[in-house]
Amino acid sequence: MNENKLLEIKNLTIQYKTDNGLVHAVNDLSLSLKKGESLGLVGETGAGKTTTALGIMNLVPDPPGIIIGGEIQFEGSDLLKLSKQNMRKVRGEKISMVFQDPMTSLNPVMTVGKQIAESVRIHETLSRKEAEQRAVDVLEMVGIPGERFNEYPHQFSGGMRQRVVIAIALACRPDLLIADEPTTALDVTIQAQVLDLIANLKKEQQSSLIMITHDLGVVAEVCEKVAIMYAGRLIEYGTLDDIYNHTRHPYSIGLFSSIPSIDGDEERLRPIPGLMPDPINLPKGCSFWPRCNRATENCKRAVPALIESDPDHWVRCIHIDKAGFFEKNAVSKKTDTSRNESITHTKDTDVEIDSSKLEESLASG
Amino acid sequence: MSITNSKNRKATKHQVSGTGYWANAWFRLKKNKGAMLSLAVIILMVVIAILADVVSPYPYDLQNADHAFQIPSTQHLLGTDNFGRDILSRIIHGSRISLLVGFSSIIFAIILGGLLGALSGYYAGKVDNIIMRSMDILMAIPGMLLAITLAAAFEPGLNNVIIAIGVAEVPIYARVIRSSVLTIKGQEFIEAAESIGASDTRIILRHILPNCMAPIIVQATLGMAGAILSVAALSFLGLGIQPPTPEWGSMLANVRQHLLTYPHMALFPGLAIMITIFALNILGDGLRDALDPRLKN
Amino acid sequence: MSTLLEVRDLKKYFKTPSGTVHAVDGVSFSIEEGKTLGVVGESGCGKSTLGRTVIRLLQPTAGAILYDGRDISSPSKEELKALRREMQMIFQDPFSSLNPRMTVKDTILEPMEIHRLYDGDRTKQSESVLDLMDTVGLARRLADSYPHELDGGRRQRIGIARALALEPRFIVCDEPVSALDVSIQAQILNLMQDLQEEKNLTYIFITHDLSVVKHISDKICVMYLGQVVEMCHSKTLFKQQYHPYSQALLSAIPLPKVGVTRKRILLRGEISSPIDPKPICRFASRCPHAKPICFEKEPNLVHVKDQHYVACHLQKEGQPYELPLPEDTVEIENK
Repeated sequence: MNENKLLEIKNLTIQYKTDNGLVHAVNDLSLSLKKGESLGLVGETGAGKTTTALGIMNLVPDPPGIIIGGEIQFEGSDLLKLSKQNMRKVRGEKISMVFQDPMTSLNPVMTVGKQIAESVRIHETLSRKEAEQRAVDVLEMVGIPGERFNEYPHQFSGGMRQRVVIAIALACRPDLLIADEPTTALDVTIQAQVLDLIANLKKEQQSSLIMITHDLGVVAEVCEKVAIMYAGRLIEYGTLDDIYNHTRHPYSIGLFSSIPSIDGDEERLRPIPGLMPDPINLPKGCSFWPRCNRATENCKRAVPALIESDPDHWVRCIHIDKAGFFEKNAVSKKTDTSRNESITHTKDTDVEIDSSKLEESLASG
Repeated sequence: MSITNSKNRKATKHQVSGTGYWANAWFRLKKNKGAMLSLAVIILMVVIAILADVVSPYPYDLQNADHAFQIPSTQHLLGTDNFGRDILSRIIHGSRISLLVGFSSIIFAIILGGLLGALSGYYAGKVDNIIMRSMDILMAIPGMLLAITLAAAFEPGLNNVIIAIGVAEVPIYARVIRSSVLTIKGQEFIEAAESIGASDTRIILRHILPNCMAPIIVQATLGMAGAILSVAALSFLGLGIQPPTPEWGSMLANVRQHLLTYPHMALFPGLAIMITIFALNILGDGLRDALDPRLKN
Repeated sequence: MSTLLEVRDLKKYFKTPSGTVHAVDGVSFSIEEGKTLGVVGESGCGKSTLGRTVIRLLQPTAGAILYDGRDISSPSKEELKALRREMQMIFQDPFSSLNPRMTVKDTILEPMEIHRLYDGDRTKQSESVLDLMDTVGLARRLADSYPHELDGGRRQRIGIARALALEPRFIVCDEPVSALDVSIQAQILNLMQDLQEEKNLTYIFITHDLSVVKHISDKICVMYLGQVVEMCHSKTLFKQQYHPYSQALLSAIPLPKVGVTRKRILLRGEISSPIDPKPICRFASRCPHAKPICFEKEPNLVHVKDQHYVACHLQKEGQPYELPLPEDTVEIENK
């Protein structure tokens, strides 16, 4: 394994068993993260972002979740093969996670200082005094005065609580911080403070970061690498520049044109037609084809492989060749711009209608 | 997705659409074997109670002094009592009373308690205070004691027993319904109903109460067990159903003097009570699991 | 263009055990027919209360609401019911805003039933439900589905169809796309714009998402702690802000762009309490430009130029003052 790599996920597959069938939450996902690097994991609801994170932490709820296969190499060992005890040591000490809702991740009847000190003492042999000193230090590091050590979570506002959660996550100086939508529940001005904090800490502590979010703005600010997920699969991966300025995958392109821009003057948005596929019943082949304006018969045959379109810019689409077959602008003209078309697309957002239309057009063509 | 695949999808979709909340709950309940067995027992009991005259081998009040105190035999499957009456026939007829009283008193309690709880939860403030404080007073009196007092105050008889037991249950339903109303009232669809101009009555009847059904059904199933026990206890004390009408509790009361010599006379009515209560409780727990939306996946 | 709705000095207070919450405190604005007023602000700024008070889901504490020239601040029961046909609301949460025990059809039908549209003719009402489903892009075969069988986007379409059932002229949209994924959000935003064009609807669009509000609104008002701090045409606001809060708010938006550098104003502290606020500028304690006067009296909303209104002591009637960047900024570089 490359010395430089901190985390390497290989062919991770996670499913959930439900009454209605198997939910294919994460399908054959491979990713790697270098030391000190920050990766943005982007996708919509049901894309499998959180499940991936839980997989790394070995916290997939079982039942109903099952890790079907794959490897998660972290500092030389496969996290999926570690004993419960060893995994507990990795969690918190080497890898920490920050959850979306700061209210439910804190214990309401324990002072915040105690909660931080507690998590330090689980992983390091420190005296109570030393642990408390560490807690005061991390609180100050996240911008909360040390005097507030003895206060309870309800005495803090939402943004402050999220800082406390981050303080807990950082108290053991983990090598990897996983943040699952850490700012989604916060207001913009508070979000700005928290993002600023995360960016600073990353610089100071040299730790690696996986930022899970649906917000492409947040990613642009904090991350260096971006991975876009769709229906449990990685569909595009690359540097910020690759993803934002040389977007390749039709889904990623659609995602960008769905966001209203703050400095442009677009009259209408160009949404992706249709809905996320049912993760129990994923379409055959590329999972995006029912919504894709580039779909052809070939897209339905098999799951496309990841192709390196530019150096270290990976795209899962058969229409992309090494030179990056089509560019963002070429495609966006094709997406529905007229309002009638958007209505016909949205009228019946169901996959079967779209697919039958496509079948027809393919049969005639 | 291939054509066949999309057809499959349509098929599964079709199964799902049109299946409402209750169908889903039924699906979950079906997987609970204990609850389904209990449901079967209860249905069987209801059927037997309805067909009591047909299925019981003897009239319940047929006395035969020659056959008194018989232990179970092929002639009298569960033996006879001190008057020589067939115990099986009396248990079968007794189930009518138990189920009727259990069911009616719960319905009485649901209607009264539901109305009070809904008003209290919906209007809040003063109304809530007045209703809930009176419920608290009612609750402070032990249910059994209240039922005994009421039953003793009125003429003993079927209707009065139903009311006596029902009244003691009212505060429980009022509380259950009030708390669900409070939760549901805070949801946006109630505001949405207001914004389209729905009247208060419409909001309570169409939007709030149907969404409170789940906890009510669970409570009712468990409450029915309690009510059957109460009617047995009242009859045991002589305040409930009067002889010669057979009732499980009064059957037990009758055998007090003969308990040591002829235990079967107490055993079978006791078993009947136990099985019914047990079945209702297991079913109630099963329903709670099936109707609880938190377990929904 | 005629003014459809005008609100004057609207106040909505709530009494709580710890004091009176000034949720909406002296808000005035007007909307022309067929236009959209965007209301932005952070949680607790009173934007939702404002929307609910305007369509009379809440009784205002003080102030006037003029709808089509009539004062509707204290209508009788019959007047209120008639008003419901004119003013509707689209709710934020596509999950809790629909009754889980009612089918799609029942939900859209209910308003027609209540108001006895088509003289209570059930067949005509049902036809109209199906037409509405077409309008909002719901497949007719979903008519008998229950909300829990559908995804967020479709559920939000049901909410829109319900709001349209009474053919209102005015709709308050309370964060209608906040709970949706971006690709679905764009579909719903386009739908709402189409409907506005087609039916000449007037919207109040409440949101915390600045890029959404810019996209959909003609005029924007920025709220802070129950008051309007800045109001102007939507495009002007994003070019030039005259209130320090709007300035900070806009600088805080993370841009989905690479290779841009900008200064972000970091606001210290948190929103102060809306309970019995002192009669001073409510932003003063966090304001990087605060002057002694800001802690002495409340600023009024003044017209600085071209329909641009600001409530700040630094701004004078007809004399806009371009706010300099405060010292407390960080440079944000999207590499």
